[in-house]
Amino acid sequence: MSDHGGSGEPTPRILVFSTNNISDPGIDLAGSRHLHYPATVSVLAMPCSSGIKPSWILHALQAGQDGVFIASDGEECAYLPDCAERTAHLVTVTQGLMAEQGLEPQRLKMAAVCSVCAEPFAKYMREFAAALSTLGPRPVTAG
Amino acid sequence: MSENPTAPGLPGDDEPGRRRIGVYICHCGGNISDYVDVARVRAAIADDPDVMVAETTLFACADGQQHTMVHDIQNQHLDGLVVASCSPKLHTTTFRGVSRRADLNPYAYTQVNIREQDSWAHTDDHEGATERAIALVKAGIAKTRLSTPLSPLRVETVPATMVVGGGVTGLRTAIGLADIGLSVIVVEREAELGGWLGRLGPTFPHDTPGRDQIAGLVAQIAQRPTITVLTDAELVGKTGSFGNYTAKVHVRGETTDELRQFQVGTFVIATGADVYSPEVGELGYGIDGVVTLHEFGTLVDEATGGALTWHGRRVRSIAYVYCVGNRQAEGNAYCSKFCCAATVHASIKVSKVDPSIRQFHLHRDVRAYGRYELLYTESRERGSVYLRYPDDAPPAIEQSADGRLAVTLVDALTGPDELTIPVDLVVLVTGMVPRQNEALTSLLKLPTGDDGFYNEIHPKLRPVETVVDGVMIAGACQGPKPANEAVSGGLAAVTQSAGILKRGFAELDPLVATVNEAACTGCGECLTTCPYDAISAYPCDTGQKALVSAANCKGCGGCVPVCPEDAIDLLGYTSAQMLAAIDGLADREPVA
Ligand SMILES: Cc1cc2nc3c(=O)[nH]c(=O)nc-3n(C[C@H](O)[C@H](O)[C@H](O)COP(=O)(O)OP(=O)(O)OC[C@H]3O[C@@H](n4cnc5c(N)ncnc54)[C@H](O)[C@@H]3O)c2cc1C
Ligand code: SF4
Ligand code: SF4
Repeated sequence: MSDHGGSGEPTPRILVFSTNNISDPGIDLAGSRHLHYPATVSVLAMPCSSGIKPSWILHALQAGQDGVFIASDGEECAYLPDCAERTAHLVTVTQGLMAEQGLEPQRLKMAAVCSVCAEPFAKYMREFAAALSTLGPRPVTAG
Repeated sequence: MSENPTAPGLPGDDEPGRRRIGVYICHCGGNISDYVDVARVRAAIADDPDVMVAETTLFACADGQQHTMVHDIQNQHLDGLVVASCSPKLHTTTFRGVSRRADLNPYAYTQVNIREQDSWAHTDDHEGATERAIALVKAGIAKTRLSTPLSPLRVETVPATMVVGGGVTGLRTAIGLADIGLSVIVVEREAELGGWLGRLGPTFPHDTPGRDQIAGLVAQIAQRPTITVLTDAELVGKTGSFGNYTAKVHVRGETTDELRQFQVGTFVIATGADVYSPEVGELGYGIDGVVTLHEFGTLVDEATGGALTWHGRRVRSIAYVYCVGNRQAEGNAYCSKFCCAATVHASIKVSKVDPSIRQFHLHRDVRAYGRYELLYTESRERGSVYLRYPDDAPPAIEQSADGRLAVTLVDALTGPDELTIPVDLVVLVTGMVPRQNEALTSLLKLPTGDDGFYNEIHPKLRPVETVVDGVMIAGACQGPKPANEAVSGGLAAVTQSAGILKRGFAELDPLVATVNEAACTGCGECLTTCPYDAISAYPCDTGQKALVSAANCKGCGGCVPVCPEDAIDLLGYTSAQMLAAIDGLADREPVA
């Protein structure tokens, strides 16, 4: 099954922020097991999800991504004991900024992806892509 | 098409603009190129004015290709390197090494993952995978374009290693470490050293009793004053940073109960594994005369007077049922590797005790590999009979009216008719299972695989390192194996520890936070945000400004979004680089 062509409906483009030590290995594992998810997903790895700037997320949505997904460390983060709260706070702040630009909050999603969470990651991607499809095209044009 | 006008802040005050970047796109044999049109990826980036060299390569990591890269960097005066191949977990060190050998700053190299995060995930979508690769490579180029030369941070290391677990792996590792000039602390949870091997009589392949092997190691340790052995002890705390950790050990013997503290540079985890214990009823376990391999081993080793007896009765026939609790469709899927050879070896010991005992081996295939094949031949020559049962139909074991045991199976050669063999003893050939070690696992944040054993970074290339800095794993804690293989892992961990600690210092990634002095208004928001106390304030004309201590910073970036002035950047992940990478990803190629 191709995610492109066929239906004529473009698959939503998703930017994933992963973390070098935890979620990125989980995403690698999804590939190693050939678990399919849309090829419109791109991953940028960071040390820790609490270092993501809201402005980057807004920039991504303006630059043509239909949704941004933060694959966070959950409780496993080796750096910050309050990583989950920090990242959740960033999500809230960003969703506020998105609203100001007329972007639906559902375009930003966060979930913990562990270093062996291959199946969950592939599933998140398929579900997020489906949710974004239902949401329709971005209300702003690509910048 | 706009390649970079959106990328803010191009570096280089002297010559604003152009970089000289080499881009290598790997086929990975076919792992990438079977799904991604690598030639198209190359074509899509070759015209970028900052890209001087754009090549595809069969194996980017091969020696010859590394030489070519060094050559290109030097001859074309490249100031940036992008390798699009596998996960950065595998080859970051390789290509940083290439950069270093070519006198290119290693932090001007970017790894782009087009295998695990592209070709392998999209084997069903070649067009999509190719487009994704183009976007990812563009993002990688964008990051490298904005890279600045960085030098690694130097930290002093402590020439000592803590070995957790005092089985054969831990003990042999300790001796290796001591002989290479490192101090060692062995932490063993039990009162006795030795692990499984310490409880065994004659073992394969050489018939040396396991106990004697352990006693030999313990004697060698006694001669080495730089090894400290703690029994009844557990590692309960680990703090500090790479190369210099404080380890807290709780020692609680009959007369002692104390918390001791040690400075160490690395850890080797050799906590071993447990043996599988069958459920009552599983293959007749619980019936009198049905025993596990371990129980049987003791029985054979204690046999005297030319006879094997079970509860006072002479044993005349034995059936071994292989692969119990291993290689199961549901449950433990792995093979324990030692149990076939251990059983074959046990049958030779039995025939030496009493050659008239009839022995039937009910197996799925005998994995007495390598030299253990010789034991298999010897066992057959001594009269053992090997019968193969189907994977999905294990033998049935019942007690017959006369109190003996009846083993019924479908033999692959004589089937499909069932065959029933009356025997005196049934040995369930049980393998290994992961040891319950939650406290240690969560303390060190050790990754475990699907099978529950600890995971190395890479089974071939980095077989004893873990993703946790300075923590190595070795022996049966990593997966079931015979003692010699367990020890090999331990010795690899010795080499790794020495590699880290013998220089006296380690170089760490300089990917730490920095404060842009000009942009910082001294608001103080960041001062309380760092759990490592890496951010402090210093007075200046306008009041105060923030400063990050590179030595204390762990490089998480948690302070970056906290600054209202956008004055904090994480090196290697600066705002300019991240925005440029996001632009690179957005640059959709028109479909050819
Ligand atoms: C019945 C049987 C027969 C075998 N026969 C053979 C044979 O003939 N030949 C052969 O080559 N191999 C044989 N093996 C395999 C061999 O025993 C293993 O390869 C070997 O024991 C692995 O050594 P290890 O040190 O890695 O683990 P272990 O022997 O399991 O030792 C691990 C040690 O770590 C300690 N430990 C665990 N957790 C902690 C903790 N949290 N803190 C501190 N200490 C801890 C344990 O108490 C133990 O002492 C046999 C195994 C079994 C079960
Ligand atoms: S938060 Fe930003 S502006 Fe405020 S003190 Fe820290 S670096 Fe300076
Ligand atoms: S990056 Fe993390 S460790 Fe470094 S100063 Fe900022 S918060 Fe502290």
